[in-house]
Amino acid sequence: MREIDARGLSCPEPLMLAHDAIAKNELPAKILVDEGFQKTNIEKMAKTSGKKTTVKECGTHFEVVVE
Amino acid sequence: MEFLQSKKGLFIMGGLAGVVAAILAFSGNPTNMGICIACFIRDTAGAMQLHSASIVQYVRPEIIGMVLGSLIISLMTKEYRSTAGSSPMVRFVLGVIIMIGSLLFLGCPLRMVLRMAGGDLNAYVALVGFVLGVGTGVLALKKGFTLGRAHETQKVNGMVMPALLAGILVLSLVATTLFVTSTEGPGSLSAPIIVSLIGGLVFGAIAQKSRMCFAGSLRDVFLMKNFDLLSVIGGVFVVMLIYNAMTGGLNIGFADQAVAHTDHLWNLLGMYIVGFAAVLAGGCPLRQLILTGQGSSDAAVTVVGMFAGAAICHNWGLASATTGTTEAGRIAGIICIIVLFYIGFVGAKRK
Repeated sequence: MREIDARGLSCPEPLMLAHDAIAKNELPAKILVDEGFQKTNIEKMAKTSGKKTTVKECGTHFEVVVE
Repeated sequence: MEFLQSKKGLFIMGGLAGVVAAILAFSGNPTNMGICIACFIRDTAGAMQLHSASIVQYVRPEIIGMVLGSLIISLMTKEYRSTAGSSPMVRFVLGVIIMIGSLLFLGCPLRMVLRMAGGDLNAYVALVGFVLGVGTGVLALKKGFTLGRAHETQKVNGMVMPALLAGILVLSLVATTLFVTSTEGPGSLSAPIIVSLIGGLVFGAIAQKSRMCFAGSLRDVFLMKNFDLLSVIGGVFVVMLIYNAMTGGLNIGFADQAVAHTDHLWNLLGMYIVGFAAVLAGGCPLRQLILTGQGSSDAAVTVVGMFAGAAICHNWGLASATTGTTEAGRIAGIICIIVLFYIGFVGAKRK
C-alpha cells in the first residue's frame, strides 16, 4: 500500500497529496496526518469521490486509509 | 457533530459568527468594522506605541478573545497541539506582507466581506484582487510550493502567544497609562470591553470549529471544487447584509464609504497581495489567530509579523487613508508582490 506522510504539513498540502493519490488512482493509500481537521477534510474529500476511508488513531497522529 | 461539518451546518456557524460581528458593530465598533483582524492588530500595535498614528490606537479585546476562544475550545476537544518549525522566518515575512496588503486596501479579508455586505463597491473590486491572489497562491502550491513540516515541540511553546496576549489585555485594564487610546477616528470607536472580549471568544470558538478561512474557502474551490468553507463565509455575509439592511447601514456605491478609499487599482492589488500571501502562509489573518490558539508557534510568528507590519505601515507612511494610497505604500506593494513570487515559485519548493 502506498504511504503518504503528510504529518506537520500546512493546509492544504495533506489534502492535495490525498487528492493527487485519488486522481491518479494510486489506491489503496495510507495517509498520515496529525491534525484532526486534516483527517476530517480527507475523509470528506474521499467520500465525495466515492472512496471508502478507515481511520486509525495512532498516538499523536492519524492513519487514514483511502480505498 | 456531523451536522456541523455539513454545508448547512457550516453556513449556520458562519451566520452565528456574522451575528457576533453585528453585535460588535451595534455595540460601538467602527462602521463596517464590526470585526477586522488586520485593523484590530494594527490598533493594538498602536496602543502599545509600536506606531503613533493617533487615530488608530486601542487594545482590541476581540483579537485576544479570538486566540483564547480557539485555545479553550481546542483544549476541550483535544485538538490543541504545540507545534513549530515550518519556515518561521518566511512566515514572519508573510505576516508583514499580509499587513501591508491589508492596509493598502484598508481591511483584512473578513472586513472585505463586511464591507461587501455594507454595499461598499470598492470591496468588490478588492474581491477580484483577492480571488486572483488566492489563484496565484494555488498555482504555486500546484508547482510544488511548501514551507516544510512543523514538528511537535515543548508544550510551553504553544502557550506563549496566548499568554502574551492575555498579558496585554490584563495590563490594559490595570495599568492603563502603558497604552494609548485614540480620542478620535476609528481607534476611538469601540464596543464595551466585556462585549468585545466575549464577542472575540465566541467568534474564535466558532472559527475554530468551522475552520473558517477566507483564503482557504476560495483555495478549496480552485483546488478541489469543494464549497464547504465558502458556505461559512456565505453565512457571515448574509447575516451582515440583513443587519445592514435593517439598521440603514446599506450604502451602495464607491464614494463616501467608512474607512475606505476609491483607488481601484490598489484596492485590487492590496487584496491580491493578501490572498497570495495567505495561501502561502496556509490561511488568512483570522485563521492565523485561530491556529495560534491551537498551539501553532508558526502561526504565532505570522501574527507577530502582522504586528511588525502594522508598525512599519504607519511609521513609514505605507498605510492608505480615506484620501487614498501613498507613494511609499504603492512602492511597498510592488516589493511585496515580487517577494511573494520569489517565495512561492522559487524559494520554497518540495524536494
